[in-house]
This record gives sequence, C-alpha cells and structure tokens, in this order.
Amino acid sequence: MSARSSLIRVGDLDVDGIGRILGTAERFGEVMERDIKKVPTLRGRTVINLFLEPSTRTSTSFELAAKRLSADVVSIRGAGTSMDKGETLKDTIRTLEAYDPDVFVVRHPQVGACDVVARHTSAAVVNAGDGTGEHPTQALLDLYTVQREIAPIEGLHVAFVGDVLHSRVARSGISAFRMMGAKVTVVAPPTLVPRYLGEALGTEVSADIRDIADADVVYVLRMQLERMGTGGFVPSLEEYARMYQVNHSRLRTGQRVMHAGPVNRGFEISGKVVDDPSTLIEAQAGNGLVVRMAVLYDMLSESQTAAPGVPGVKLEAA
Amino acid sequence: MSIYVPNSRVRLPQRPGTLANVVIRGARILDPAAGIDREGDLIVRDGVIGGDPDGLEVVDGTGLNVIPGLVDVHVHLRTPGKEHAEDIATGTASAAAGGVVTVLAMPNTQPPTDSPSILGSLLDRAAREAVVPTGFIPAITVGQMGDQLTEHGDLAEAGAAALSDDGVPVANASVMRRALQYQKAADLLFTLHEEDMSLSGTGVMHEGVISARIGLAGIPSVSEAVQVARDCSLAAYEGARIHICHVSARETVEEIRLAKARGVSVTAEVTPHHLLLTDQVVGDDPDPAKFKMNPPLRGSDDREALIEALIDGTLDCIATDHAPHPADEKENPFAAAPFGVIGLETAFAACHTELVVGGRMDLADLVLRMSTNPARIFGLPVPTLAEGARADLAVVDLAATDVVGERPYASKSTNAAFVGMQLTGQVVMTLAGGQDVYRRNA
Repeated sequence: MSARSSLIRVGDLDVDGIGRILGTAERFGEVMERDIKKVPTLRGRTVINLFLEPSTRTSTSFELAAKRLSADVVSIRGAGTSMDKGETLKDTIRTLEAYDPDVFVVRHPQVGACDVVARHTSAAVVNAGDGTGEHPTQALLDLYTVQREIAPIEGLHVAFVGDVLHSRVARSGISAFRMMGAKVTVVAPPTLVPRYLGEALGTEVSADIRDIADADVVYVLRMQLERMGTGGFVPSLEEYARMYQVNHSRLRTGQRVMHAGPVNRGFEISGKVVDDPSTLIEAQAGNGLVVRMAVLYDMLSESQTAAPGVPGVKLEAA
Repeated sequence: MSIYVPNSRVRLPQRPGTLANVVIRGARILDPAAGIDREGDLIVRDGVIGGDPDGLEVVDGTGLNVIPGLVDVHVHLRTPGKEHAEDIATGTASAAAGGVVTVLAMPNTQPPTDSPSILGSLLDRAAREAVVPTGFIPAITVGQMGDQLTEHGDLAEAGAAALSDDGVPVANASVMRRALQYQKAADLLFTLHEEDMSLSGTGVMHEGVISARIGLAGIPSVSEAVQVARDCSLAAYEGARIHICHVSARETVEEIRLAKARGVSVTAEVTPHHLLLTDQVVGDDPDPAKFKMNPPLRGSDDREALIEALIDGTLDCIATDHAPHPADEKENPFAAAPFGVIGLETAFAACHTELVVGGRMDLADLVLRMSTNPARIFGLPVPTLAEGARADLAVVDLAATDVVGERPYASKSTNAAFVGMQLTGQVVMTLAGGQDVYRRNA
C-alpha cells in the first residue's frame, strides 16, 4: 500500500484539496514569470515517470515540472523497457522501488494500472492517464484554466462534446467540474456515450449539438480512432463532422472552447476554431506545467514531517 | 425442471479408497427429495447407508445436519494443460472440502476436451486421482472453434456427461442448430455459456453505472439474454434439451421464464457469486481483479432477480463455475487479469448465509437446488440418504462461521471472490462415492 496519498482518480481529492492545488499552481505561475524558473523545493526527491503509452504534452510537462522543482527525475518509456521482455508491471515497479522513489507518475493503456502500481510501492502514485479510465491532472489543469481565464467554476455550465466513451479526459473532467459546482452536459452520438453515464457522473446527456447553446464552456473531445477498432461507432468521420463538429456556426459569442489535444482539425473541431485566439486550447497546454508542479508539491509536502531536515521544501524558500 | 432421465452411459470415475464405516450420532437427517427429515443416527457401513452400527466409528452429530452431498455441474479442473492452476486431485479435494460429491468438468483445457481419446485419458486419470466421482463435459465443436461438430455419438459412448463449448459459445446459429438436431442421435445435454461475443466486445465487467464511472469496457446484460433467446428458440424448434450456465442478468431470467412457460426444455443454473455480489465491489475494492469473472457481477436489480428466480424455480440449480487461476495472473490491471474465481469450498457456506440465514429459503430448498436438481438435470445418480443408497453426503454445521481465506484452500489456487467475507454454515465431513473423503479440522 502506498504510504503517501496518491492521485489516481479525481475522487481521491475533495473540494479543499483541489482548491489547495490550484492555489499552489497560481503561486508557481508567478515563479515561472521570473528569470530563473527553478526552485529548490523538492531537492533530493526522486520522481520516476513511467510512460507505457504514447504521450507528448503530459510526459513533457511532468518531466519539466519535476525538474523545475529540483527533483531528480527519470523518465521511462514503453518501448525499450524490460516490460518488452515480458516483465509484469508488478515486477517493474518492484525493481524501480529499489531506487527509493518518492513519486511514480504513470501512464498506462489499461484502466486500474495505477492501483496495481500503488499496491507494490510505498511511493505516491500520480495517474497520468490509464487507458479509458481517468486523467486527474488534466482535469486539474482544466479547472485551473477556466478559473484563471473565465470565472470561478461554481455555477458555470460546461458542455463536453464528442467521444466520451473512450475519454479519460471527459471522465475526470466531468467529475472535477461537477465537484466544483459546475453544471455539465454531454453532447455526443449515442454510440459514444457509456449507457449509464448520466447516472454515474450526474450529467445531462444529449444527442443534439444544439444543446451546447447554453454552455459557457464547450469542451471538445478528440475522436479516439485508435481505441475504436473496427467497431463502427459512427457511420463516417465526415458525417460525425457534419453533425457534431464544433465550429463557428454552432458557437455563440462569449462561449469558450477547450480541447485537451491532440486535435484532429476538421473532424471534431474546425481549424478556424483551433486558431481562434479566444479558445483556451493553448492556455490549457501552457498551464499543464504549473498544475503538475503543484500536484507534485502537494503530494510531497504532506510527507515533510516524515522527512524532517530536507532543505528547501517550503515554497517560500524559493 | 425436466423429467429425470438417468444417463446410463455417463462415467463418473473416482480413485480407489477405503469405504466409509461410521455412525453419525444424534444429528438432523435431511433429504427433502426422499421425504426424510428426522433427528437421530445415520449409519454408513461399507460405504452404504444403513446396516448394523456395531463396531463403527462414532461421530458426535449433536447440532449438525446430514444432507445429500452437493452436485456441481460446472467446474474447471484445468487438466490437461493448466495444471499450475489446478489438477484433478486438487480440484476434487476442493470439492470434497465443500461437501460436493460429484463434479462435472468443462472442456476449455489445452488441448480442449474434444475427442473420445482425450476424454478417455481424462476418465483414466480421474479413476486414479479424483477424490470425488468426476465426470467430463467435452466440447460441442472441434477445438471449441464453433465450426465442426465433435463426435457426439462416440463421446456419449465413451462416457461424456454433457457437451459444451463453455466460454467460447457457438456463435454460428446454424452450427448450434445442427448440434441440437443431432441430440436425437447422441442424446447428450448441451450446457451453454450464453454470450453474443459481438455484443460483449472488449468488455471486462458489467455495463452499468460502475463501468461508466471507472471507464472499464462493459459487457451488456443483453449479450447474455439475446443468446439465450436464440438458443431457446432453436431448442424449441428442434425439440432439444438445453441447460443454461451461470445466468447473471434479469433480462436472461425473463427469457428463460418465457421459454419455460411455452414448454421449451430448458433448465438453468446460477453461481454463488452472482447470488451474493454485485458490480459495486469492482468499483470499491483497490484490488478488483478478484471480482473479475464472466459473466460479470451485475447490478443489485439483477442479483435480486436471480434470487427470486432461484426461489420460484425459473433457475433450477446452483453451480460454482469454479475457475482457478494463479495469483500472478490476477495481479495484472483489471482488463488484463483472467476471468474466473474459485468457489467449490465456499459454495454451501455462501448460499446458506445468503439464502437460508438471510431468510429467503429453508435448508431443504437449498439442498434441492445444490444436490437433487443438478443431478436430475444431468441424469446423474441423485445423492440420497435413503437406506441402501451409496453414501454421497455432507455433514454441515449451520452455526459455524469462517472468514474466507483464513483456512488454507484445498484448491491449488486462491482466487476467491468471497475472500475476507464471514460465511456461516460450514461443511465438517463429506462422504462421496461411499468413501470418507473429507473431515474438517477443528
């Protein structure tokens, strides 16, 4: 069992915890505007990034976040690891455990992989995306982005549009926005929504794109073709685009568009919307760094008492 | 329930052993099918019930119940090919420890049990190793591939107990129809794991609120129900008999109820884990792979439907789907862990706790569903406590409570869904095939 508190799903946090992390991210945001962007906060700590599924944004921002906090960081990618030789996840973790890491940041193609990791390490585990499961740090950076760029979350209306079925971004995002008091509507082809989603996550579900009209934020989900196989979830991408694409003809002034990336221009979202400076897509990508710094800080600062005398743990010491 | 037609050709070998000679003194003797319910002594001499008690070992039966031994028509003994998970000796020892006096083993082995020669070698091994009488259910199609029928007639002649493609259901309706037609020639019951794999897709747990919340791919209830509807229609059309394995969903119960009402020869079983647990545990437990099996644990509405159907007779009997897997394989993330849980040793305690202690049925009703009914459906010898019968019985202590997992398992595997649960009603002694096969250590 993990001795430190892990972040595997949004439900591992409460409203106070989310508020604390977003507040810390805000302060790291100020640090990032300085000439020297590095703080000694996590000096002597070890972060292992274990990325067993492709990633650009998440892996880069986690690696950079650990480095900016002065932690020692090792990043391990799926290809070329001992798991290619048939080693199980459990044995990989036990081996890496010998280096006494403080945090494992894990991306894995299967739901629940982080729970397996947590069972075999005393380090904290951060879920950086587990298959179709959850992606809690994405949800935190989405909250942070909305809070910074628009308004406090409470009372906002957020519409998630598209492939919810395969989306860990949506699963974590819906939970997080709901927890912080937003109203959430899901708009998607009925074939791309889990049958009991509304009941499970407390959302409205609609098959009509016009139901985004009332939303303050329109969160566009990527069509996850790599997870669809030959299932034929929609008749064609072209029809999907005609019926569900988020483009300027379907948006009204003042609505802000989000997308976790990578985008499929011309399918779930028009190129023009992607390039529109009023969208939050770039801000999301940029905010990943400070939010992930805040997550690592929050996780390791809790163990300060367990590791007295570690210099520079206090944020103010920066 | 269909009319009892004994299958005179089925072979249920057991290893040689000394015959039981014992008097169980002052117990409640309960055999509802034979109309027996009395307090007193049960004598077993030379493996047969009744006779002269002189010189026999005396077991104090005060506070204990003697019931006909359980019959489990759905187990996996993992032999040949997966003996690291279970073998005939350990699987049947597990049966004995659970008060089970006859097991029928499924064919999803490596290679699959799909020819008279493989069946023959298994029957020979069981005759050397099986702790309780053990029968085998060969595949319906060669290699469980769903194309070419196995030699149903030769398999029946060689002693097969029934036929099943088990976890790889016959997808092609025309192949299933031919198998049902051929039943008139081979006279073997089909026992069917019902699942439309095109609907199950990549699913790994019940499609419900929990799967939507945690993001695991769901297996919809209708993937079971539509296949049951298909096979009930085919069975009705061809005048064939079918038995439905491990019913899990309310929709399936409704299909079976309708089929029975219009006279289809269909019977059905339910497992202890589907009677006791729901998909809630998959969402709540940090190590949920121990609750992964197929069909999956479903919702609380489904569970209630199963219990009601077991009470009203829509579901005829209980079978465990005892499915051993090595611990290493269950330690994978949920989607990668194998389907299946063990169940032979805890079946009686689990069902007694849920159904009898829970006030849903009395002990006699449970005995019918765990012993008499499954034996009758498959045409097996029906365990009975009547004078002159071979001793196939269990002695149970209805007050004894165990925490599952605290006693070592007789099975080679430990993948129990009930681990950590307090279950009341423990098997203290089992006589099977006239042999003294299990005594519980205090």
